[in-house]
Amino acid sequence: MRLVVCVKWSGTLGDDVEFVDNDQNVDPDYLDFALNEWDRYAVEEALRLREAVAGSEVIALTVGSKEADSALVQCLAMGVDQVTRIPLRDSDPHDPVTVGRLLAAALQPTLPDLVLCGAQSSDAAHGATGCALAAWLSVPCVTMVSKIDLELERNLARVKREIEGGLVDVVEVLLPAVLTIQTGINEPRYVTLRAVQQARLRGIKTLEVEATALNTAAYRVRRMYLPEKAGAERIPGGPKGVAAKIMELVREAAS
Amino acid sequence: MNGDVLVVAEHLRGELKDVTRELISAGAELKDSLGGRLIVAVISNGPAALVGSVSLEGVDEVVQATVSDEEFNADTWVAVLEALISERSPAVILIGSTANGLAVGPALAVRRRLGFASDVIGLSVQDGTLTARREFYGGKTEAELEFPASIPVMLLLRPTTWRSASGTGSPEVTPFSPSIASERIRTRHIQLLDPEPNDVDLSGATAVMAIGRGIGDRENVGRLSQLAARLGMTLAASRPLIDAGFLPQSRLVGQSGATVKPKLYLALGISGASQHAAGMKASETILAVNTDPRAPIFAIAHYAGVVDLFQVVDELERLADQ
Repeated sequence: MRLVVCVKWSGTLGDDVEFVDNDQNVDPDYLDFALNEWDRYAVEEALRLREAVAGSEVIALTVGSKEADSALVQCLAMGVDQVTRIPLRDSDPHDPVTVGRLLAAALQPTLPDLVLCGAQSSDAAHGATGCALAAWLSVPCVTMVSKIDLELERNLARVKREIEGGLVDVVEVLLPAVLTIQTGINEPRYVTLRAVQQARLRGIKTLEVEATALNTAAYRVRRMYLPEKAGAERIPGGPKGVAAKIMELVREAAS
Repeated sequence: MNGDVLVVAEHLRGELKDVTRELISAGAELKDSLGGRLIVAVISNGPAALVGSVSLEGVDEVVQATVSDEEFNADTWVAVLEALISERSPAVILIGSTANGLAVGPALAVRRRLGFASDVIGLSVQDGTLTARREFYGGKTEAELEFPASIPVMLLLRPTTWRSASGTGSPEVTPFSPSIASERIRTRHIQLLDPEPNDVDLSGATAVMAIGRGIGDRENVGRLSQLAARLGMTLAASRPLIDAGFLPQSRLVGQSGATVKPKLYLALGISGASQHAAGMKASETILAVNTDPRAPIFAIAHYAGVVDLFQVVDELERLADQ
């Protein structure tokens, strides 16, 4: 089985921020990057499926600038067989329709049996790239997947997907397909520093994809800014003051 | 393309989902700015039964699309909506930013070459130009988005952000039955599973202590659980603790768990991602404790304790002893 996982080197914002590119982006210096949390579960799931189906391989794919190679290093350290980065400059559009199209262009020549994507990224959180990718590939997609049972003799997967309110939707999907993976589907393996160091020594392929995709951005950021300050009233008096306020509210709630 | 707004109704087990009424109220405002009509599409094996519940103020037309699927099926919905968008050329299509909305919206954006944004929290039209607002970086920044000119825009709106439409309209009702090539249907709905019977009723609790990633290690759960019991509060958690197996699914507050409206919601070490907020923002009083003054939870909290939660826990234990 040929399994592909699409991953993102995702940024988390700390306490401070500066905007760049005419206030259309966050200065990356203010971001802490890591392998997107949802994608860690997707990689783990792909590795488990590889173990379950003899003769399988797992390929990880990312879209981004050179920095995004670090996401692929994490994937290699987890045990992925091959990795490829599709170059995209930070200043190019990163909307899910564009990113899905770039991923599709890389996958189209030899369709994999199954593509796993994290259900969303932690930074942009569109939750849409997997579904867009599937549409570009003209294959089906199931979103928010929390369990996968392959039935290869019937050429399908029976999956559970999480919908609102704790309900689970059981769906059958023909392969090849794209599944977007929810956190909690498995317990991602721990990656040792040594494994990361070894992975760094392995080469990372880049694959240039026709740039026409970049002319069809589904949106553009006009302006990025800090949201209006919260209305929360700050409780004075340190931990003691906070605890006293909590006790007061607990008593009120009980009355 | 005209100025019409197409709203896609979401429903489950024959009941309209709340988000649909919110989409209708957002759509009614938009159609006034765009000078078009508001059309609601109901895709169901018995759409007629839902027509009444979507005939709300501002709705000009309800399109009844009859399909054979008993519940949501992504491939069917994409095929039906693709045909409908192609026939009607609306300026804007509104769908909920929900598990099902996210399974059809992006696919339609690709297949029909639409502008697209999900998890949208604000909309405005100025001089005929549509702007959508959404968050980035876990709610720490917001952005205004613009869309390619002269193509329709698909927008997935965050639930519980717009008011629910009410009032009654008297829309025209139109049947719609596109022919769908069978090879396009590669997904099949099998069944819906209800959540496991709960050990706890979060939705009925009057005081909730919710814990999140900020509590650190698993061994702290016991201590916080004891404290919650001593204060007469019901213990709940945000998603990372459930995923890590610290607490059972029945304790989850948020989009994929329980929705709560207690008198007091105490959030300890919870950043306040939108999925969590969706499950608790209607609480009467929210007090959040987090060391990060920019945590999005403070945007919905009434009281903010920007201190280390364990120092607060020490104090609470001492006060509870008195």
